Amino acid sequence: MEAILKAEDLNVYYGSIHAIKGVSFEVYPGEIVTLIGANGAGKSTTLNTLSGLLHSRTGSVRFLEENISRLASHKIVARGLALVPEGRRIFAQMTVRENLEMGAYTQPPSGAAGDLDMVYEHFPRLKERSGQIAGTLSGGEQQMLAMGRALMSHPKLLMLDEPSMGLAPILVEQIFEIIRNLHQSGATILLVEQNAQAALSVADRGYVMETGKIVTSGTGTELLSSPEIKKAYLGG
Amino acid sequence: MTMVNHLINGLSLGSVYAIIALGYTMVYGIAKMLNFAHGDVIMVGAYICFYAVNQYQLPPVLGILAAVLVCTALGVVVERLAYKPLRAASSLAVLITAIGVSYFLQNAALLLWSANPKVFPLFFTSTRINEAGERVVVRNLEIGPLSVSYVAVVTVAACIVIMLALTWFTGRTKLGKAMRACSEDKGAAQLMGIDVDATISVTFAIGSGLAAIAGVLLCNMYQNLVPTTGSMPGIKAFTAAVFGGIGSIPGAFLGGMLLGILEIFAKAYISTQLSDAVVFSALIIVLLVKPTGLLGRPVREKV
Repeated sequence: MEAILKAEDLNVYYGSIHAIKGVSFEVYPGEIVTLIGANGAGKSTTLNTLSGLLHSRTGSVRFLEENISRLASHKIVARGLALVPEGRRIFAQMTVRENLEMGAYTQPPSGAAGDLDMVYEHFPRLKERSGQIAGTLSGGEQQMLAMGRALMSHPKLLMLDEPSMGLAPILVEQIFEIIRNLHQSGATILLVEQNAQAALSVADRGYVMETGKIVTSGTGTELLSSPEIKKAYLGG
Repeated sequence: MTMVNHLINGLSLGSVYAIIALGYTMVYGIAKMLNFAHGDVIMVGAYICFYAVNQYQLPPVLGILAAVLVCTALGVVVERLAYKPLRAASSLAVLITAIGVSYFLQNAALLLWSANPKVFPLFFTSTRINEAGERVVVRNLEIGPLSVSYVAVVTVAACIVIMLALTWFTGRTKLGKAMRACSEDKGAAQLMGIDVDATISVTFAIGSGLAAIAGVLLCNMYQNLVPTTGSMPGIKAFTAAVFGGIGSIPGAFLGGMLLGILEIFAKAYISTQLSDAVVFSALIIVLLVKPTGLLGRPVREKV
């Protein structure tokens, strides 16, 4: 099977700081792939590079056979690669519904109503609150909104950056339940998490990042049972 | 009755400030920059309209249209050439550039159109036959004891129409919502597939087109047109935008109206010379009490 996304030899700099050092990995259709690692390992930088907010000095990002590494980020979304950014970054002064409409910005207006129904089906809470100003939602609802907003663009690959960050344990469980449901309905997901335990338990495969490099990779179960991973990320 | 007349004059001047302030506030909301050249776009608009009507004998409507088109293009070009290359630069660099653009426009106007004041033609008048049987031009509409200038009526009406149109545009249309999304978070807007650069261009286009309308209305109130005509109203409108809460469209409207009324009342009841001092003192007081302006929202820290 062809990879849906293939990142090759990414090197990303913030000024003189070399944040991502020769990162390569791929994602196959229907998979959940996770990037795990400590704070500052370069996970979010990697996602931001894939979505075009940052650019790599070397290598390439191939998405559905096309090299997208030089494309502006608003064009990348239209190709079917959506990112739910770290910290959710919903439009706090717009309503829930308007946020979802923004998610459908690249889509023809004809499908909008059906897409709203699809998102409301995954996240019934959003339907109840569709007229509410998004900034007044709770953290968990905001995360749902950010995910729903990304789904409105019909992503062929959905990237989630720390979806469980700052949420109460019960909400973390809910978010991962939703990720599982999306996976079952055929979505391909690239998941970045600090919560390695939860991420690896839903993931088909995982990559472990350390100071800008991928140091280990394997299936979710392999990584979960690896003694080194346990020691470093899963608290022994 | 004089008080009602002052109020009407204040509303009319306030409407001009509000129309200019809308341009300031929209550009600030989206590009997060203070476009101090905005006032000079007003002046360019007024000159274009003046030459279209006086030299090329176009009817006023076409003159206004020409001014709007030229200023819209000017706004987009200025943004592309002067501000876009500085998108990643510090806000101080952008501010200084804006001041530079302002002086550039004033001096270009000086070269092109000379420092001699132009007497702007009146567009909003009626005629009547006086006792001697002559046709005379009337500037004011007499309603009982009230005497309201036609330009005041047109200005207030134009301001209300513009305000309603912008509210509809930003609240109901896809592009307008995209503008609001950009003003909140450009990175997130890009992730939605919104072309942020194009959206900023549209904002400059709208703001500059409105400046042209404001220029024509202003010159119909005070008929004196010189290359520095736009600077003082520009600063006043900027004040109005801050007064109402910069970044907020209703705030620009409210700030403009209040500032106009305050200025006219200060002129009428306190002192003509001190009117600006009164206006700016009011700004200082408002900012001391409510630093984000009357309708401004406090910037919340993201948690």
